[in-house]
Amino acid sequence: MVSLNVNGKFYEADVDSRTPLLWALRDTIGLTGTKYGCGIAQCGACTVHIDGSASRSCSIPVSSVVGKEITTIEGLAPDGTLTKVQQAWLDNDVPQCGYCQSGMIMAVASLLKDKPKPTDADIDLVISNICRCGTYQQVREAIHAAANA
Amino acid sequence: MTVSMTKLDRRAFLVGVAAAGGGLSLGFQIPFGATSFGAGTARAADGAPEINAWIVIRPDDSVVIRIARSEMGQGTLTGLAQLVAEELECDWSKVTTEFPTPGQNVARKRVWGNFSTGGSRGIRESNEYVRKGGAAAREMLIQAAANEWKVPVGECSAANSVVTHKPSGKTATYGKLAEAAAKLDPPKEITLKDVKDWKVAGKGLKRLDTRDKLNGKLVYGIDIKLPGMLTAAIRDCPVNGGKVTSFDAAKVTGMRGVKKVVQVGDSAVAVVADSFWNAKTAVAALPIVWDNGPGGKVSSESIGAMLKEGLDADQAYVGNKAGDAKAALAGAAKTVEAVYAYPFQNHATMEPMNATALYTDDKCEVWAPTQNGEAALATVAEASGLPVGKCEVYKMMLGGGFGRRGRSDYIQQAVLIARQIPGTPVKLLWTREEDMTHCSYHPVTQCKLTGGFDAAGNLTALHMRISGQSIAASLAPQLLQNGMDPVTFQGLNPGGPEGAFGYNIPNLLIDHAMRNTHLVAGFWRGVNTNHNAIYVECFMDELAQASGQDPLEFRRKLLKPKHLAVLNAVAEKAGYGKPPQGRYHGIAQIMGFGSYVAACAEVSVDAKGVLKIHRIVAGTDPGTAVNPAQIERQVCGSFVYGLSAMLYGECTVKDGAIEQTNFDSYNVMRIDEMPQVEAVLVPSGGFWGGVGEPTIAVAAPAVLNAIFAATGKRIQTFPLMNHDLKSA
Ligand code: FES
Ligand code: FES
Repeated sequence: MVSLNVNGKFYEADVDSRTPLLWALRDTIGLTGTKYGCGIAQCGACTVHIDGSASRSCSIPVSSVVGKEITTIEGLAPDGTLTKVQQAWLDNDVPQCGYCQSGMIMAVASLLKDKPKPTDADIDLVISNICRCGTYQQVREAIHAAANA
Repeated sequence: MTVSMTKLDRRAFLVGVAAAGGGLSLGFQIPFGATSFGAGTARAADGAPEINAWIVIRPDDSVVIRIARSEMGQGTLTGLAQLVAEELECDWSKVTTEFPTPGQNVARKRVWGNFSTGGSRGIRESNEYVRKGGAAAREMLIQAAANEWKVPVGECSAANSVVTHKPSGKTATYGKLAEAAAKLDPPKEITLKDVKDWKVAGKGLKRLDTRDKLNGKLVYGIDIKLPGMLTAAIRDCPVNGGKVTSFDAAKVTGMRGVKKVVQVGDSAVAVVADSFWNAKTAVAALPIVWDNGPGGKVSSESIGAMLKEGLDADQAYVGNKAGDAKAALAGAAKTVEAVYAYPFQNHATMEPMNATALYTDDKCEVWAPTQNGEAALATVAEASGLPVGKCEVYKMMLGGGFGRRGRSDYIQQAVLIARQIPGTPVKLLWTREEDMTHCSYHPVTQCKLTGGFDAAGNLTALHMRISGQSIAASLAPQLLQNGMDPVTFQGLNPGGPEGAFGYNIPNLLIDHAMRNTHLVAGFWRGVNTNHNAIYVECFMDELAQASGQDPLEFRRKLLKPKHLAVLNAVAEKAGYGKPPQGRYHGIAQIMGFGSYVAACAEVSVDAKGVLKIHRIVAGTDPGTAVNPAQIERQVCGSFVYGLSAMLYGECTVKDGAIEQTNFDSYNVMRIDEMPQVEAVLVPSGGFWGGVGEPTIAVAAPAVLNAIFAATGKRIQTFPLMNHDLKSA
């Protein structure tokens, strides 16, 4: 049994302590907005916030996040509302299939917290999420739009 | 030919669907009135009336447009809805969409036509009948109003979901008219609007399906949850064509969460558990003995040698021919020769393959992300042993398709697993590693090109010999014509929508020595135009250089008008020939999937050999542009896909198995390498070309030609990461 604080709620997850956070979120807690893409910290589809910073949940065992605050895409904004990053994504019509975008949005939200007005170089350095549909140009435009909102 | 699906037996359905999936269209007639389906008004699940199969209108005026094709990010859902809404004259803000199921399509005699979504065919193949669906419904709504008001129908008109009787000023909304309209016969004659009168179609409207992609709410195949559901992880033989000899289930049955270990067909074993992590952990620990079969001896080197032999083989299928290329080359004043090669690529959709199946003795239901709902249904029937009428497929949102999800192998596996646990829904999810090593790969080919000039420096002959895999032979043998795979010649054909060769060369021979491997070749975004464009367009640059001509001027002398028009448009927008200091231009063009496309890339290569792609101007003439904003996004996206392959993409073979297992060994482009992409849309009207794929093919050759301009290095094998661009 592992106790997890996700989006401000406490969950008792009956999983092996080595289970990656991603699978506890998806299969045990039932929050499927966080996606599986590679399982080896390469693609960023599984990005969540742990104590406020972007982390790849596929490569973090649940045992190491006990007592920490975990935020997933479902908890980024109160129900029915959008953060300025999500709003910029909507206004710029960013997603194609959308599968990578939970992780992309979580990574960008964290970038903007550290650097409210990122340059293109900042974006290139920090955002390494994979989007196979190829939305990078719209992602970049939306990051700047969110920064200027 | 009208095909009544309900009367077909399973075998006939499978054969028919296989043909449709491969690109042929089964004959069908689209009825445009609700009454065409039999007695009474057809209704949506919530009771709202169907005006016809494409359109449901609710009392609150909201409009549900049915979309037969799969949405996987390419935007076809929004584009098709725009076309229907344009003719329907409805309020765009009230439009929602839904996907009919493949089982409903069978039960209703294929009223929605073809579900297959590949080959950039979503809009170009179905635009006419979906527009007719919209127009017929509009006429029925107008008729219903005229009937109610007892006025001549000619005095009534529709706009923005309201019918108006001009002389009296009476109005009625679609929501009020829907019940009466649904009871009417469809109009006999349907006239479609002229494109120039479009108000909703042709506009760069936002996608209809974005909001739930921003908050984790959208349910993809991988996200499905059913009561009592278990999850399966699988290991299929690493060598295609191999088999399971034995496995030791006892070693893992006691592991956490494990419910059952099952063999899947003759080549795979799956562990079914209470969660994916437990299933994956156990299947990784499961001892399996494989019989790799003859494929186990194959390597990249042995495949390369086989393809090389094909470059000079006597027998080859001729795809395009004019004059006598061989004789002209023998008599040429000067000849130029080059050999290129293109490796296997994996689709690597962000969402790995998955399907969820629930099997009972008299029903089999599957929830799956699929590009071909009807082929999926046929697979479910085949794998479950149940009649088509007792099977159903619910199409889930796709986390990318790119051609991979036109094949139903993962659906077949899910059903074979579920059959062994009747009554329990089982979600099969592939690991990324399973996905990387069990793809239907972009085919491997090599190409020898020989060009001949006369004494005056005119190009008089070209022989292009492709040696390599045939996708049709792998996946769709019904497409072969006397052994020849016509799909091989995409972009190289004498004419036709699948890609007319753009150059007028008096003596031309383009032929294919088919050399297949044990690996499955599949449809991969852009399909054969990816390598065909590199081969032709990089070699055209070589020929320009050999004859001392500018690449653009050289092409201008040879290109057919529509091909040239797009190339000229990008050259002008890019400022071709006048790049900023330290940067170099490269160009390319091709026709594919019904559209004419071209690109001009602007790159620099520094002293250390580091490539930077600064900017690509991309042009497309799709004939008719349904949503320019989404077309621009497809251009950008296709470039990321095509350039990822050019920069990093290569699946190599050792002992019959693919060596790359995840994104650490099969790298792809990230945002830091994304060039500025500027799309130039030049729809010339009168035809409907594809959008999702065509532009992918010109990204790589334009960049490669720019790299040559920058470095003098001619890259002929891929990916680029295997080459050193440092100046010698
Ligand atoms: S799934 Fe975690 S980084 Fe790819
Ligand atoms: S939007 Fe499809 S993978 Fe990014």
